[in-house]
Amino acid sequence: MSGRYWFGVVAGGVCTVALAGCGSSTGGVQMVGSDTMVNVAQAWAEKYNAQHPEAMVQVAGGGSGVGIAKLIDGTCDLANSSRKLEPEEIQRVEAKRGVGPIEHVVGFDALAVYVHKDNPLDSISLEELAEIYGKEGKTDHWSQLGLTSGSLGSDEISRVSRQNSSGTFAYFREAVLGKGRDYKPGMISCSGSKDVVDLVAKTPSAIGYSGMGYATAGVKMLRLSVHKGETALAPTLANAKKQQGGYPITRPLLIYTAGEATGPAKEFLDWIQGKEGQAVLLELGYVPVRDHE
Amino acid sequence: MSSPSPSAGPRGPASRRFPRLLHVVVDGSEPVVEGIIRLCGWSAILFVFAIFVFVFHEAAPVLFGGINLADFFSSTDWDPTSVVAPQFGILALLVGSLAVTGLAMLLAVPLGLGAAVFVSEFCGGKLKETLKILIELLAAIPSVVWGFVGYMVMAPIIIRLSGAPIGVNLLNGGLILALMSVPIIVSVGEDALKAVPDSYREAALSLGASRWEVVYRVLFPAAKNGLLAAVLLGVGRAIGETMAVLMATGHSVRIPHSVFDPICTLTATIAAELGETPQGDTHYRVLFLIGLVLFLVTFVVNLAADLVVKGIRSEKSG
Repeated sequence: MSGRYWFGVVAGGVCTVALAGCGSSTGGVQMVGSDTMVNVAQAWAEKYNAQHPEAMVQVAGGGSGVGIAKLIDGTCDLANSSRKLEPEEIQRVEAKRGVGPIEHVVGFDALAVYVHKDNPLDSISLEELAEIYGKEGKTDHWSQLGLTSGSLGSDEISRVSRQNSSGTFAYFREAVLGKGRDYKPGMISCSGSKDVVDLVAKTPSAIGYSGMGYATAGVKMLRLSVHKGETALAPTLANAKKQQGGYPITRPLLIYTAGEATGPAKEFLDWIQGKEGQAVLLELGYVPVRDHE
Repeated sequence: MSSPSPSAGPRGPASRRFPRLLHVVVDGSEPVVEGIIRLCGWSAILFVFAIFVFVFHEAAPVLFGGINLADFFSSTDWDPTSVVAPQFGILALLVGSLAVTGLAMLLAVPLGLGAAVFVSEFCGGKLKETLKILIELLAAIPSVVWGFVGYMVMAPIIIRLSGAPIGVNLLNGGLILALMSVPIIVSVGEDALKAVPDSYREAALSLGASRWEVVYRVLFPAAKNGLLAAVLLGVGRAIGETMAVLMATGHSVRIPHSVFDPICTLTATIAAELGETPQGDTHYRVLFLIGLVLFLVTFVVNLAADLVVKGIRSEKSG
């Protein structure tokens, strides 16, 4: 169940150690950055290295900021980022590398809000979610959302979340609660994206968030709107990809290069955006940027 | 208790035969063998010491001034990655660990000691061997499997039977931990009962005591140190367990008000959070400090068990 998570932790750790040990001047493609993307980056590298051993792709996490800093220094070829570059960072890349950074959208991370399949709720707004999850938020019972506890087993809302060191935990907090607001204490923390969905499927009174690729028959994905009363959108690939007015909790997964990528780095980047790389993305619960059905 | 120990008989001639055999086989290489054995003995101590030094080294910066230690032990606010101000209060985790261990022992001690009495006194032959093997088998089940049982099987049952809002909770974790500690309690408890000389049983029976009276009035007092050690080893097993409690307790930071509340333990917190915590960060160091607290708790429990077991030995030889 949390096997993939633990594998990620171990693989990430080994990789970090390996990188720290030999520095980055060993040749091969260096991919550094976003912790959200480190699992998928690891999976890309593993599959790509098996097909193209000469590419020697190496992956490290550390956060979007770390990847961008390394791109500015010239110590990595591909910087993974789950946010757009700040104008100041763009200037620093230009100053240091002589070329501007180029942004590649390689996929999307869309979080779905899950409830038990017997829960009559169909849609929810981010405002209401903030009252459920946010510190000092007032919603603790399903009856406050106008539901009777008949099929829910209990009126108390069981808030399912992720462990506090995960990128998803931080992203949901920022996207739903807004900047500078913490979660309400007493959430149930799961150690993996799949665990959240499994627990919600077993708990009629639960609500949880996880990548939209993890949906199972035991859960229901809520349609989301930003404000109460607005049209709520279902977490579908099409809605997640809309740049404006689309599904509200989605962000692009970005890879930055300094100028156009060349050589092995370009081949790897093309592979990621191609059929196989996108399939890996879908497998890990992210939204591919292109359909290669 | 100066009566001869039951194992002294068969061990006598065997130990006389063994050195002769060894002499023939290794002929002259005795110092090498001795050195290897000595190394094995020391390595165990060395490893434990090295682990302690490592944990202490990683925790030291926050132990000496990084955080407010009074808050660390007395606050229930655990939000190490807060966007406002990180909170490092482990009171709820400490209470969670103690609550789940306490509940597990409440279930496992009567069950374990009862099973030990049954295996040691009330059954014999094939049944005894079968039971012992099955109980040992229970100890061989990996904790992640126990956790999985708690998470996937017991959680929905608990919800259905109790109407609790969530099935991964204190009760679930306590039940799983109880099942995990029972094998240790049974095997150590059975050894303690077996060590009571048969002459005690015969004397009591000849005085007209019923079998229950023999167990309750004679065996329990005679084996009390061994039984206490069995319980303490069970406690040690329960408090140090990680994966099963992480999965079965819900991992929710709060002081539980009933057995149906989800809880969070010290061990589960380290397991869940350490993997993605930046190395050298305050959060990272506080997790090692929790490790140090756990080290201390387990050390005290094991030391107590050890002293109690030593108590039996000196009592027997004295």
